Amino acid sequence: MRQSFWPVVTVVGLLLVIWYAAAVWLNSDWTYDKATRSGETVTATSLVADTWAQKKPKLPAPHQVAAEIWETTVLKNITSKRSLVYHSWVTLSATLLGFGLGTVLGTLLAVGIVFNRTMDMSVMPWVIASQTIPILAIAPMIIVVLNAVGISGLLPKAMISMYLSFFPVVVGMVKGLRSPDQMQLDQMRTWHASASQTFWRLRLPASMPYFFTSLKIAMAASLVGAIVGELPTGAVAGLGARLLAGSYYGQTIQIWSALIMAAALAAALVGMIGLVQRVTLKRMGMAQ
Amino acid sequence: MIWLIFAIAAWALGWWVNVRLARGRAGRLRSLAAPMVFGVTLIAVWEGVVRGLEISPVLLPTPTAIAARFAASLDVLWVDFVQTVLKGALSGYVLGCGAAFLIAVAIDRFPFLQRGLLPVGNFVAALPVIGMAPILVMWFGFDWQSKAAVVVVMVFFPMLVNTVQGLQATEAMQRDLMRTYAASYWATLFKLRLPAAMPFVFNGLKIGTTLALIGAIVAEFFGSPVKGMGFRISTSVGQLALDLVWAEIVVAAIAGSAFYGAMSLIEKAVTFWHPSQRN
Repeated sequence: MRQSFWPVVTVVGLLLVIWYAAAVWLNSDWTYDKATRSGETVTATSLVADTWAQKKPKLPAPHQVAAEIWETTVLKNITSKRSLVYHSWVTLSATLLGFGLGTVLGTLLAVGIVFNRTMDMSVMPWVIASQTIPILAIAPMIIVVLNAVGISGLLPKAMISMYLSFFPVVVGMVKGLRSPDQMQLDQMRTWHASASQTFWRLRLPASMPYFFTSLKIAMAASLVGAIVGELPTGAVAGLGARLLAGSYYGQTIQIWSALIMAAALAAALVGMIGLVQRVTLKRMGMAQ
Repeated sequence: MIWLIFAIAAWALGWWVNVRLARGRAGRLRSLAAPMVFGVTLIAVWEGVVRGLEISPVLLPTPTAIAARFAASLDVLWVDFVQTVLKGALSGYVLGCGAAFLIAVAIDRFPFLQRGLLPVGNFVAALPVIGMAPILVMWFGFDWQSKAAVVVVMVFFPMLVNTVQGLQATEAMQRDLMRTYAASYWATLFKLRLPAAMPFVFNGLKIGTTLALIGAIVAEFFGSPVKGMGFRISTSVGQLALDLVWAEIVVAAIAGSAFYGAMSLIEKAVTFWHPSQRN
């Protein structure tokens, strides 16, 4: 951890430098255009100053995005529709609901697959095949159809998140529940353990490391699902709606701030699971 | 009512057949037959339930209606396929994976950069990169170039992280052996480290296949010419022509599976020596 601190800082710093340079490069057209119309000459300093402070830049400079985020999170009322916190909360609630549903569904399917040979043979290939359908691509249809049936608001988005998040859980849990080796299973048999005892005392605890790893993937997928699920609802609320509205009106700073917010949200959620993972595995005596 | 009974009967029959299949000795034929039976059952139940409950085709069309629509609009589907999959997804995939591979090989020589880039790459790979779509559409215009750009951004980091990890997969003993042969950096790279990295590289390539398709389709929601799978899906939803949407989904699923399958086949040919490929 400590030994990778400086390399990470260097790389992030490098990315910021590239970002600033790209902002000058991409936004310079507009600056030159403006200058020729007003008859001014563009010096190097005025070029840089202008490209980093345009209202609708092609690529906003990092400090512009930071200022926008500060303005829309701290300075705005949380309940206001212009507050990024409000939009993040809309997305977050759909993400968490979908993630929860997906985890439950995935775990149940995994238990079924491990304990029932018929399910293993017939369902498992379809679980894999289900992911070849680009669900994100048909998100608009699902939202519209569920709206027509009378399901609207949180649930349709959560369904898309669920569809994306159940898959990593199934795959991870099947692997995890099967991770006890023959020796350990034989040991349970010598103790005359029933199937449910083997499950609760051996298979489930053994699957925990796999479980948490899949949860992290599921959480990231779930957030993507919620964001894309917000696109076709006509840009009402949520980070996805901010993206769409921003792209309609050319508000690049707004797009980038929503994007950074989504990134922070993903990092926080995955980090939280990592924390729970570390505490749980430590208490179970499985920490590496 | 008859259709509902048909659905229940189909379900029972399918389940019974699969239980019979599962009881017998496991063989290649059986392990292929079971999912097939399950899939056919699923489609039969779908048909039966939709007809039995008289669900409006606006909500959920029957499989037969979808198949009919599929056959009737092959020309449209082909145009969309070329626009989205061949132009958007495939070109972006090749560019993104190629660039990530080359950069991974380049930074492999600098352990400092590598240690910094791995956590950052892992972080970015978990981000909702798809959100870049509106920005890239703004930069590169509505045609397939912007879709390819989205795909490049999406496949870049998973590929980069996997390749960097793969290049570290050789053991000290193997590298020492290369040194005793007085092998140059390039000889070590081409004869030892790249082959050893291949399982990781293919992992990245396979993850990229689904991402590429999704990226190309979703990017079309933010603006596209009047063709393309994403365009067709979003406009057909608006026209309540759900059978056409489902036909596009079928195309996407087939294209995605074929893409993934092709990568698996190449992987099998290239990494035939790896334990996961030998059974």
